[in-house]
Amino acid sequence: MGCYNPNMNKLRPYLKYALLLLAAAFLAVGILRQEYLAVLRKAVMICLECIGIG
Amino acid sequence: MKKIWSFLTKRPVIQGFWALFTNSRLGNFFNGAIYTGDLKAVCVPGLNCYSCPGATGACPIGALQAQLGGWKRGFAFYTAGLLILFGALFGRLICGFLCPFGFIQDLLYRIKTKKKLRVPNKLDTRLRYIKYAVLAVFVIILPIFLVSEYGVSTPWFCKLICPAGTLEGGVPLVLGNPDLRASVGLLYAWKITLMLAILTLCVFLSRAFCKYLCPLGAIYSFFNRSSFYRMKLDEGRCTRCGACSRVCPMDIDVPHDLDGPECIRCQECKHICPHGAIRSDFAAGIKHKEASGHAAD
Repeated sequence: MGCYNPNMNKLRPYLKYALLLLAAAFLAVGILRQEYLAVLRKAVMICLECIGIG
Repeated sequence: MKKIWSFLTKRPVIQGFWALFTNSRLGNFFNGAIYTGDLKAVCVPGLNCYSCPGATGACPIGALQAQLGGWKRGFAFYTAGLLILFGALFGRLICGFLCPFGFIQDLLYRIKTKKKLRVPNKLDTRLRYIKYAVLAVFVIILPIFLVSEYGVSTPWFCKLICPAGTLEGGVPLVLGNPDLRASVGLLYAWKITLMLAILTLCVFLSRAFCKYLCPLGAIYSFFNRSSFYRMKLDEGRCTRCGACSRVCPMDIDVPHDLDGPECIRCQECKHICPHGAIRSDFAAGIKHKEASGHAAD
């Protein structure tokens, strides 16, 4: 689990900024597609599968 | 003032506060219902069942399965965006500080027993890959591809595995809601058995669920080496005394794997180190390229 690629290590300091941008882009698309409503719909009902009944 | 601050910044205090904050609808525990407000549209960073009576937010793993479910819904941009955001900022710091189920495991491991378990290294390394398989199979593949004729999919991880859902949602809701109590069957028995097995294991083996089964930990592990928050070892100060590895709840070889995918950034190693060789903050990530011999702090 501890293998390093030297080229990857050079890019790593910049990767976090790319990830932040990716997160912002995904969130923007998700909000535009109103995906949060799907999350809300699922979360406000008792999830029978989650509690072991459904 | 210093004493108060020192108390407030202790990890169990932060964990307890966060667990209470994300499950603050305490009244629901007594009437067998759940919170149904708009805050549930936002995922909390840790594993916390949205069917827990007290839950104020959504579980990211439950939300991910719900959004991925079925062919027609497409990619889960919203939940993936939140997970990437949490991961890019904190990595597995969330497992160490902001996961209610992680907190429960830490409390269980504090129970005094004659002997605590330690899995042999080779076996332990292999078992840790199980969580990636759980993530791939139960959270992603099955919810996407096993869809009913009406386009409805099942959150397979929640249904078959998640002990957090059983403990935080299943037990209090079944106890408090007579209708649900009348509906329990074989699946409930399976989930209770699995939950009890995992919780019992956690008494003897530190963070057993996080190490081997948690799909959320698996997701955040991908971000550990590239997140803003980092942990860093000062090679110049480290004497390889091994004190850090002995206190690590994830049983990692700290000088070798500090900040690797298995590190939950709990700070135990940092606090125990007699030489101050471990530092951790957002700057540790920014100064990642610094030579390791530089002064810490």
